[in-house]
Parts: sequence; structure tokens; C-alpha cells
Amino acid sequence: MLKVEHLTKIYEGGTLALDDVSFEVPDGQFLAVIGLSGSGKSTLLRCINRLIEPTDGRITWNGVDVTKASQEEMRRIRRRIGMVFQHFNLVHRSKVLTNVLQGSLGYVNPALSLINRFPKEEVSKAYRQLARVGLQEKAAQRADELSGGQQQRVGVARALMQDPEMILADEPVASLDPVLAHSIMQYLETINREDDVTVLCSLHFLDLVHRYADRAIALNEGKLVFQGPPSEIDDDKFKEIYGQEAERVG
Amino acid sequence: MADGNNTSQQSPLDAMPLKPKRGFKRTIFFILAMVFGVIVYAYGFAVTDVNLDEIRSETRQTQLVRVLRALARPDLLSYERVETPTDTAFAMPCPAGGFNADGVDENARHITVEPACVEPGGKITVRGANFSANARGTLVQIPPSGDLELRLAEFQVDGNGDFELVVNTRERESDQPQTIRAITRENIGTIFKPVQVEVTSDAGVVSTVRSPRISKSTTDTWDRIIETVFLAFLATTLGTVIAVPLSFMAARNLMRDISVPMTKLALQLLAMPVGVGLGILAAGWARTISEQLTDSVFLVILGLVVIPFLMVLAFRWALPPVEEEPPTPMERSGRAVVILIASVGGIVVLFLLASLMVTVGDWLAPRLSTFDFLGSFVASLGDILNAIITLLTALATAGVLMNLAGKLGMWMRGHLPAGFIKVFRIPLAAAAGAVLAVLIGMGIGWLYQITDPMKIYWVPAAVGAAIGLALAIRAYQKEQVAIGLSIYYIARTIFNAIRSIEPLVMVIVFVVWVGIGPFAGSLALALHTVAALAKLYSEQVESIQSGPIEAVKASGATRIQTIVYAVIPQIVPPYISFTLYRWDINVRMSTIIGFAGGGGIGFLLQQNIRLLNYSAASVNMLAIAIVVASMDYLSSRIRERIV
Repeated sequence: MLKVEHLTKIYEGGTLALDDVSFEVPDGQFLAVIGLSGSGKSTLLRCINRLIEPTDGRITWNGVDVTKASQEEMRRIRRRIGMVFQHFNLVHRSKVLTNVLQGSLGYVNPALSLINRFPKEEVSKAYRQLARVGLQEKAAQRADELSGGQQQRVGVARALMQDPEMILADEPVASLDPVLAHSIMQYLETINREDDVTVLCSLHFLDLVHRYADRAIALNEGKLVFQGPPSEIDDDKFKEIYGQEAERVG
Repeated sequence: MADGNNTSQQSPLDAMPLKPKRGFKRTIFFILAMVFGVIVYAYGFAVTDVNLDEIRSETRQTQLVRVLRALARPDLLSYERVETPTDTAFAMPCPAGGFNADGVDENARHITVEPACVEPGGKITVRGANFSANARGTLVQIPPSGDLELRLAEFQVDGNGDFELVVNTRERESDQPQTIRAITRENIGTIFKPVQVEVTSDAGVVSTVRSPRISKSTTDTWDRIIETVFLAFLATTLGTVIAVPLSFMAARNLMRDISVPMTKLALQLLAMPVGVGLGILAAGWARTISEQLTDSVFLVILGLVVIPFLMVLAFRWALPPVEEEPPTPMERSGRAVVILIASVGGIVVLFLLASLMVTVGDWLAPRLSTFDFLGSFVASLGDILNAIITLLTALATAGVLMNLAGKLGMWMRGHLPAGFIKVFRIPLAAAAGAVLAVLIGMGIGWLYQITDPMKIYWVPAAVGAAIGLALAIRAYQKEQVAIGLSIYYIARTIFNAIRSIEPLVMVIVFVVWVGIGPFAGSLALALHTVAALAKLYSEQVESIQSGPIEAVKASGATRIQTIVYAVIPQIVPPYISFTLYRWDINVRMSTIIGFAGGGGIGFLLQQNIRLLNYSAASVNMLAIAIVVASMDYLSSRIRERIV
């Protein structure tokens, strides 16, 4: 269970990115986070694993106060939270396998990992994760030799490598075409259904939200303006979330 | 908001009036700027002593021509020479009835003098014909006694084998006819057709030599240019190894987010000197233990096999490869003790290794004849290792202790009441400030030979404590200290300061320390390389993509793991490129570092220029040009390949 209470983030320049946001996510839920660009979706996801330090508020996950955790405790929390990014964030010059193995860095012996040595079990696990996203034959290639959709699948495999209990997906399909978008969303759906992993996924397209999410929350200028099942987003709600001039496209 | 789109009717183009022509004020300003420019330039001329009279003076011009011609004839080969005399007779003063030289064979090599007799010291015109084309020689006057050659002038035969020269004779009056002799010197053999010549040395020993053969200048230049290339090589590699880790400290994007709580920082600062002291102590023990073994090579080798084996076992046990759950305190302390013992074992191993290397190197050196340098190299490495073990141990212990102090600080923050910490950290910060300031004070005291304890202990302690207090009180609310940015600024400042001093100046200090020679040169170049590369590298680190760093961090990686997995792969190509570029610079620098005593070809070049031996200097410059050009070519090829 993830519990976000009164979460507020003010950036150094004074920008109010999140304004008193509170919501709860039960274990195993697929939660969509929607809103315009700049509405605070990325900031919200990054506050949950504290890649961005929240200014105020409290985040508790499985009873642990994430906002109060020390660096060492934070590492132990982060290794249970996989993350998938809009721009994939792979290390281009490294091999695909190395990129996937990065997911195990929070678990392995730090000293040995510095000279690129991973335990055999971790390596075979990395191959299994690659097989799961259908890329086992690409393991030895450099990451930048892959297409965009393949790179995002490597990103998913990297998150899976962490044995996550939760996955934070920050617009995972925004840089992909619609067909690839569905394929990536299906991977996330499978992980959510089969492995019982909680998924928090920020999305642009409402049809994706209707198709994949159990529940949705919506942000507008840092404020939580909606939470509930996607089916409840009717035209009025839509205008509230996206502004009066917006028109539905999908 | 609905009426937002009909507020501005104007097209942006209407608002733009035509620009007026350049105004009067602008013209005046332009003229003033021109005048100012001319004045600046004129002053520049005066200050830099631009002197055209000097350029026009005839002596300067002949000197310049002489130097240029010598430079154009690099002394690459040395020839044996033959000297051929050609004589003719003349009289001084004119005898009654005049004087006529013997007739000459117009088809053979000959010289004629006109007039055939002169008053003492008079001018004569000497003409030669049928000489070897382009030969050079000396014209001498030989009085009748026959044992004296008076040098009159040098001559150069033209392409047809002729020459003509007007010279003043020497005042040697005699009623006997005198001799004018043209001695030509010609090189024996050519590059394509070398010959063997018998020469008699001054001591009367006859030997056979080749002509032409490689000159002394060429062999000297070869030796020195090899020295130069390796000087640059050592400086670059040493500099790179040190610059890579330092460059991370000067990269803003890596250091920006590093901040530590005040309590932790203060405890770490207090732990640092204690750690250094303990490290020195531990190294001392290890040295004593290893000295029990170093008497016998057998024991040394035994130690080198057994101790590392035990160490691997210990570390295997103490650092399991995959950790699912955090270890219990009991496990933790047990592991700590084992690691501690294993670490002392490690230091002993290092001492043994150093001693073994010195022994092996000294044993090998005389047995390898040509490759004796390999033996000396091994021995030197052992010596260096022996010298730095204590330093390394002190640093490592300080690091470990600081880490432990940091953990203690974090534990205190987690387990003690917040109010207590807020009060407790104030004296702690004061103490840390005092310790740091006393360390700095001791350094300054050593440099300026201050012995007054008031000045090197009490005053710094008070100032440091005051600064610590002020910081602790100021940070009352936020607690965090941006230590990363402080390190960033300190590192940047040091790099810029070192980089601004040219290696040519640095080498002067190093010459005092290690003596004149290439070693001083490579140290000076290495130091400059560290500063220059660390700056270039850090700018590369600052321009990498932040996405992968974020991704690796999000997987629960430590800071060092993040650098290894997200930063290093991104910076490998620019690092290689910059290192090659620096090697290029170092080769160029090493050719002149000898001017200041740093060894290499510059030393020879400077010597030759001072001795006005321009033909030899020309060989040196040729070698420099070849090495620099080929280095440039090579490095650009390697860069193409790798990057």
C-alpha cells in the first residue's frame, strides 16, 4: 500500500510543482496518472522514490516512511521500485545485457560490481528478463543499436531485474508510435497481473488509460483534480482536467 | 479567457518603422574608435621595440643569411674530405723588368693572378678555372720560405667550375717569387655511393672508415628524441591516471547533489586525522611484521602465497555477493574484525611484494645485459611501492574511519532525540572546525617556519571553532551542508591555479628536487597534465546525459556504482580523445622543456644554438618536426578508430 499525504514540491526557483497532493494506491493496482505537460506528473513519480526531494508532506510505502529514510535505507527502498522512463534512459555505449544488469546493482556486492562482475545467478536472471521482453538475442549488442521500442523493452527488463513490488512508469510510451505503445503497455499489464506488481504510470492518451488502468488520478497545475475509475472521466471531468479549450482526440 | 484571441488586431509588421540611416553620433563614435585603435597600435609598436633600422643593417642581414644557410644544411651525415692544392706564382714587390708567372695549361685545373706582381699589401684578382663545380675552398698566400700558409679568403666555385675573387695580399716583401694557393675541399663519396677511406688519426693510427657516415649530431639527436618521446609518454599516462578520478570532483552535475548533515560532517572531519594516525601506526606494524620475513626470499614468497589466499577466504566470508537482508549487528562486528585483520595482512603483502620486487630487480639487472633496464624498472617499482604504502594505508584508514563516523552520525540522527542533536552538533561543529584549522595552521607553520604555538595552534583553533559554530548556528534549520559544491569549487580553483603555470616554469622547481634531466621534465609535464586534463574531463562529465544517471540511481545503486555504470560509459570516447590530444601537446612541450633543464631534445637544441652550431641545431629541429608531425598523424588516426 502506497500512501501519499499532503505532498508538496516547490522547486528552487519558486515553481509550485505539486500542491498538497494526497492519494492512496492499494497493492497490485494499475494506476494511471494523467494531466497536461507540466502538471506535475513526473515530479510526483520522482518524489515517490525520492529522485526529487519533496518539500513537504509524507509518503509511506508498506508502512515505511519514505520521506524520512536515510540514504542507506533509501537505497533499500529504491531497489524494490522499478522505474521506466519516457526517454528509456539506457546507457547507449553499454551492452544491452549490462543495461539490464544495472537493475541488480542495489542487491549485489558493491565492490565486485565496480569491476563489472556479477554473480552467475544475476546474469542468467538478466537473460531471463530479456527473454521475457523478447530480446534475448540482442543481449550482446550496444543499446544504441536498438530501435526505440526495443530500447523501451530493455528499460522494462531492467526494471524487472529489480524484482520490483512497484513500478513507476514516467510516460513510458510518449516517444513511441501507437502500435509500439500498446506492446509496451501490454508488458506493463502482464507484470501487473501476473507478478502482482503495483504500477503507477503517467499517460497522455485517454484511450490507453481506459484500456489498461484500474484507476486514474489527474493533476492540473500541481493539484489533484480527479481520482476514480477511468470510466468516470466524462466530458465535464475531461474539461476540468485538461482545461476548457481542450478537445478529446482519443 | 474566451475573448483572449481578439485583443490584438495589429500585425507585428506595422509596428516596425524603417530604420534611419547611421546617425551623426554614430559616425563620430566610429571615428573616435578608429583613432583610439591607431593609438593603441602605435603604443604597441613602441613597447615591443619594432625597429626597422636593425632589420635593414647589413651586418644583421649577412648574419641572418649565414644562419639560414647553416640551418638549410642539417648536419645529418659527416663526410671524409680530400684537399686539393692548385698553385701559381707571383711577386711582391714588383722586380725591375716585371714578373711573369709560368704558363698554364688552359685545359687543366688552374688559377691565374692579375696583376702578376703587386706592392706589399696590394690588391690582386684571382681567377680559377676547371675546378669541380660548386666546390668550396680557401685561398692562401705562401711566402718563399714555404712553411707558412697565410689565409686570404674563402671561395666558392660556380656551377661551371670557375671562380673569381679580389683579395688583399699580406705584406711579405721578398725578392723571391711567392705562391698563391687555392685549396679546395671536397667530400668523398655520396649517399648513393659511399666509399671506404683510410684515415690517420692525430695519434698516428690508421683506420678505415665509411664516407659519408651518420654524423655525431644525428646519433645524439636520435638518443635525445627517443628520450623526448618517452618523457611525453610517461607524463601523459601518469597525468591521465591521476586526472580521471579528480575530474569527477570538478564536475558540477555530480557534486551538486552531495550534501551531508552537519552532525555527520563534523564527526567525519574529526575522524580524518585519527584515521591518518591509525593508518600510519598500522603501516608501522605491518612493516615490522614483514621485516621478520624479508631476510629470506623463500619466506617472502611463502608469505606472498599464503597471506593473499587467507585474505580471499576472509573477504569471501565477510562480503557475500548477494545480500537480501541487512546483516545483524553481531554479524556486522564479526565481519569488521575479520576485514580489519585481513587488511593488515594486505599491507604486509604489499611490503613483501615491494621487497621481492627490489630483490628480483637487482638480481635481474646485471643478468639481462641489453635489457638491464627491465630489471631496474622492477626494482624501482618495488621502491616506489615501498615508499607509498604508508601513505596509501593512512588514506585508506582515514577513509574507513570517516565512513564509520558518518554511519555513527546517521545512527545518532535516527536514534537520539532531535532536540539533543540540534544542541549537540554545535560543539561538535566547533571541534571539527578547530581540528581542520589547526591542521591548516600546522601546514602554514611548517612553510613559514613559525614555531610559536600561539600562532600555529591556539589562534587557528579559535578561528576554526568560531567558523564551525557560525556554520552550525546558521544551518540550524536546514541541517544539510553542501559539501559537494565546496569540493567542486576547491578542486576547480586548484586546477586553474596549476594550469596557469606553464610546465616550463614548473620544471625549475622539479629540477631542484630531482636534478636536471628528463625525470624533472616528465614530473613537471605530468603535473600540468593532471590539471589541464582534469578540467577538460570534468567539462565532459558535465555535458553527459542525465537520464542514465537517474535510471541507475533509481535502481538503488550507490554513488560509486552510479558513476561506474552511468557516467563512465558515456565519457570514454571524449576521455580517450582528450588524452590523445594531451599526448600531442606533451610531445611538443617536451621538445622545449629541456631549455629549462627538463631533459629531452630541448637540452641539445639549446646547447647547439648557444655554440652557434646551427647545422647541428638544424638536425634537432628536423627531428622535432618529424616527431610532432607523425604524433599528430598517429593520434588523429587512433582517435578516428576509437571514437
